[in-house]
Amino acid sequence: MESALLITQLLNGLQLGILLFLVAAGLTLIFGIMDFVNLAHGSFYMIGAYICGTLVYLLDSFVLAVILAVPLTLVVGYVAERLVARSIYARDHLDHVLATFGLILIFDTGVHLLWGAEGMSIPLPDWLQGQVAFSSTIEVPSYRLAIIAVGLAVALGLFLVVTKTRIGMLIRAGASNRTMVQALGIDIKNLFSLVFAAGAAIAGLAGMMISPITEASIGMGNDIIIVAFVVIIIGGIGSIKGAFIGALIVGMIDTLGRSYLDQLFKLVMSDQNAETAAPAISAMLIYILMAAILAVRPQGLFPPKVR
Amino acid sequence: MNLSALITPKNLVTAAVLIVLGLMPVLTTVFDQPFYLDIATRIVILAVAAASLNLILGFGGMISFGHAAFVGIGAYAVGIPIYYEYYSGFLHFPLAIAVSALFALVTGAISLRTKGVHFIMITMAFSQMIFFLFLSLEEYGGDDGLLIWSDSELFDGLALDDPSTFYYVCFVSLVGVLLLLHRIVNSRFGRVIRGAKSNEKRMSALGYPTYRYRLVAYVISGALCGYAGALMGNFTNFISPDMMGWGRSGELIFMVVLGGSGSIIGPVYGVLSFLLLEEFIPDVMDLFADGAGVYWHLPFGIILLLVVLFVRGGISGFLNRLTKR
Repeated sequence: MESALLITQLLNGLQLGILLFLVAAGLTLIFGIMDFVNLAHGSFYMIGAYICGTLVYLLDSFVLAVILAVPLTLVVGYVAERLVARSIYARDHLDHVLATFGLILIFDTGVHLLWGAEGMSIPLPDWLQGQVAFSSTIEVPSYRLAIIAVGLAVALGLFLVVTKTRIGMLIRAGASNRTMVQALGIDIKNLFSLVFAAGAAIAGLAGMMISPITEASIGMGNDIIIVAFVVIIIGGIGSIKGAFIGALIVGMIDTLGRSYLDQLFKLVMSDQNAETAAPAISAMLIYILMAAILAVRPQGLFPPKVR
Repeated sequence: MNLSALITPKNLVTAAVLIVLGLMPVLTTVFDQPFYLDIATRIVILAVAAASLNLILGFGGMISFGHAAFVGIGAYAVGIPIYYEYYSGFLHFPLAIAVSALFALVTGAISLRTKGVHFIMITMAFSQMIFFLFLSLEEYGGDDGLLIWSDSELFDGLALDDPSTFYYVCFVSLVGVLLLLHRIVNSRFGRVIRGAKSNEKRMSALGYPTYRYRLVAYVISGALCGYAGALMGNFTNFISPDMMGWGRSGELIFMVVLGGSGSIIGPVYGVLSFLLLEEFIPDVMDLFADGAGVYWHLPFGIILLLVVLFVRGGISGFLNRLTKR
């Protein structure tokens, strides 16, 4: 019984980690290449979910809806980049934080106007609703496995694009030394539009995949964006590998902390104290981890190599 | 320096704002609009918080994305003693200041080892820890919040439950904090802080331990914010972890930048404009279309964006430019 629970929790942690990675990937590249703090990145996660939800009801097919919603979210990201982000890259981080804070308000209210204040539940097709049995005691919802599979595939694809293609080479070069890339005659602005829009689409994909479980709601992006920032700071700003490992660490620690911290505490304190302290500490765990890593190693675990 | 040099648009606006704020209880009584005294009290309290944030943000270049935590700590320093039926304000206010100063000392000592965006994020992380701590403290209401059924008791004859009296306590606090900040910023200490903002290496080379100076500034800022929180706890009678979320910290930063982070009085303009916009945009929108007011965040976000894109130096910077013209 105990091991069945552990495996379920490990899979949940993996799923959270993978969703976090999809949001953090764009965030870390945008941050790494243009030194741009984008608080509104979580909005694409929300917008992706709502666009996908609408398409599910229109087309009556979840897979088709996702396939169409990804490029639509890409367009939203591209427009946001051209209209707002592009004009403030050269400003300081304070202006980035404020301007994108304003964008969050605009996106959240825009969704409120278009789709209403209520959350939107998104039905899954029958073939994704079952359970996959690994043994007589271990059963896992097949949709969760699908999320993990799609997420890993996207992570792998992203990794290949970043490490094996010319575009990826430029992205990595931009993250290490933006000025040098420009001096070599690369139009870094177009490169960045591309990264921004692609990052938005991937974050949108994460929102699309989670919303059948949680439903799409206003503010869902604001909850995940802060955790995604924790991820990229732990991983090292600008590093895809750092974002991936950071996301898995955060996903695991958060999930396992919530389910096992009280048992751990019971070893060293009274049951009652453990049950009071555990929920508080487990919610703080990832922030404690981030503060500790920042204090000891401010550049993160896997900072991109400079020079 | 002659007298006419003092009559600049900025000084006139400052004088007008302070006089109107000072007369608020009288004005609201004469016009029988007690509701506006409520808004004015909120403005004055948040102005204390924003002005203290500005000490490190505007003058020290330290962008703290977690100052709402101090406001929350200050408010709970009123709420929790009252929950245990300790009503003395001589306990609440020192407690609020002491706990926020201690929290600022501990978190500042760690955060100030980092720079730039890492500092923004680590201060956010610490405030999130406090947010989740209070969220899980079910004894004090958890996410349902905590009801404060009494106000802090100070001297006989100074009853904080009287709106006018309380307003004047807040207003005098604001003026006191502004004067204090003015003294600090123009002291030798303040010059070191400002010097470290524009060129830290040079300040270190001159022999100033910039880290320690920054830490002291951070503690002062946190303690004053905690004091604002204690006033807020007395004002609202209901507090919840919601008041320390990262969105609240973002709002505080926006208030400072909107007003102008380069000036002592700037944050006061910022809070004033922010709260008036928050109050009146929905009303104006309802005039155009009934029920449109619920979407007030849309024009509000657009205004925020336009301010960042086109108004450098905030309201205070704008007034300064009027003077130079």
